[in-house]
Amino acid sequence: MGNRTIIPFGPQHPVLPEPIHLDLICEDEKVVDVIPKIGFIHRGLEKLVEKKEFTDFVHIADRVCGICSFIHGMTYCMAIEGVMNIEVPPRAQYLRVIWSEFSRIHSHLLWLGLTADAFGFEALFMNSWKIREHILDIIEDTTGGRVIFGASKIGGVRRDISADKLKDVLNELKDIEVQIHECADVFLKDSSVKSRLVGVGILSKEDAYKLGAVGPMIRASGIPYDVRMNGYAAYKELNFTPVVENTCDSYGRCVVRIKELFESCRLIRDAAAKIPDSPLETKVVGFPKGEYFARAEQPRGEVVYYVKGDGTKFLKRFRVRTPTFANLPPLLKVLGGCQLADVPILVLTIDPCISCAER
Amino acid sequence: MAKQEIIEIKIEELLPKAKEFMAGNWRLVQICAAKLEQLELSYSFGKEHDLMTLRIILPSADVEVPSITDVYFAAFGYENELHDLFGINIKGNVIDYKGNFYTMAVKTPFKV
Amino acid sequence: MPVAQMTSAILKTFGKKPSTRRYPFFKRQAFAGARGKIVIDLPACIYCGICMRRCPANAIFTSIKEKVWTMDHFRCVNCKACVELCPKKCLYMETEQALPTRKRTGQGLSPKNT
Repeated sequence: MGNRTIIPFGPQHPVLPEPIHLDLICEDEKVVDVIPKIGFIHRGLEKLVEKKEFTDFVHIADRVCGICSFIHGMTYCMAIEGVMNIEVPPRAQYLRVIWSEFSRIHSHLLWLGLTADAFGFEALFMNSWKIREHILDIIEDTTGGRVIFGASKIGGVRRDISADKLKDVLNELKDIEVQIHECADVFLKDSSVKSRLVGVGILSKEDAYKLGAVGPMIRASGIPYDVRMNGYAAYKELNFTPVVENTCDSYGRCVVRIKELFESCRLIRDAAAKIPDSPLETKVVGFPKGEYFARAEQPRGEVVYYVKGDGTKFLKRFRVRTPTFANLPPLLKVLGGCQLADVPILVLTIDPCISCAER
Repeated sequence: MAKQEIIEIKIEELLPKAKEFMAGNWRLVQICAAKLEQLELSYSFGKEHDLMTLRIILPSADVEVPSITDVYFAAFGYENELHDLFGINIKGNVIDYKGNFYTMAVKTPFKV
Repeated sequence: MPVAQMTSAILKTFGKKPSTRRYPFFKRQAFAGARGKIVIDLPACIYCGICMRRCPANAIFTSIKEKVWTMDHFRCVNCKACVELCPKKCLYMETEQALPTRKRTGQGLSPKNT
């Protein structure tokens, strides 16, 4: 029976990627209990909806988070289109799918780099981010911004990708996929990486469902839950099956994210082959009246947008429930009983995005 | 697309309904509040592709609302947020930050 | 047990050029259609105030009584809402970003006006 010490971890620490504060109660290198605290980046974005009109609010919804930015803007547009019953033309649906999958690829490559940095493998960190630079160049070429896309609009999308540009993008994607294969082989096969990931942070199947985990956390514990199976945007016309693993530990979550990278590349190729010709947007007439829940799949899990309007140009209530907020209870469960050196890897395994979690 | 439904209930029916959902394998999706002419609480539960929302109308912010953290542990974060932003009185939260969940200059900003 | 799986990737980098650009000797050309700084054609502006009311970041200040239009480029988030909403179409967006300076305003006049 050792002495109990309390070690404060965060919000600023060289190995911690996000400003979350954890008070770790340790007994000789083994963590016994955890007290979390968030709230360092609360910006009050939900109150801003009373001052900016609902058509201009798309620009603010895009900037809730920096990594998963496009899908925030797209889900806000889906919520308003659900309240006002607006039909989005097919070409805009396919373009939304293509940009969502690029957003997912760049987010997962960023996560792979940060995980390698968390257990000290800096060369692999730089290698993953070198591949990510090519993806950011493609995104800037097609939308205008590297990280904040600014491509969503209520009723459609703001700009188009011509057929020539789509062909160039697909050629580049072929080279990028070869490089991703090389980088992923190191994660999946190297023995030093495996010894840090296998058996660490076990979350059983019943715990994952009862605590409300979403995203790769729940798919690595054997439950096939993915919001893209609902068939929003153009996903109902592309054959989509979720990626599921059964190992329930951090290695399983790493494998799920790597396999989702290749699945996204395949979805982009299929969407580019089937994309039809049609106008890019439908005009918005009138003001929103009523309420609606819209859900979409971000790289980190399921995001829920709730919108309530009463017939004027300002919305009455706007609420975002991001996947990181739903993954906090599983984080507390997984941290109990681990070693002190495993704490950065376990915080990273839920893929935290604290600026989303406390808009 | 999946179906979404909103049902209105009273405060006393909240805990029995939550236990019913837990037994039927529904998971908690989100909890939120809206201040219009009166205060409205929405508790959303999901199973596969369906979404069911329970709506409670509170006559004022001082009425006590029972916590569902005994049934759904994941609700502690949402209930702390309701207390910090709207000033709603939640009784029986398993992890209670007593108003320090978010650090803000103005207490209960959404009450206005 | 596979060890040192990354050796082949590391050895290949000795034969290739470096992946980084030697800034400030070589600068990157922006892509066509990239979003950058906002400039205004001042004689065409009618000081209606639409851009000031609808800016998501509250970065523009204009007044019809004093006939002045200024913009804080460090608050601008490059969303292009003002360019699309202007009734006289006197706002343009360049492809280069605003440069670091010591004053917050003064970068917004188009070269035709100076």
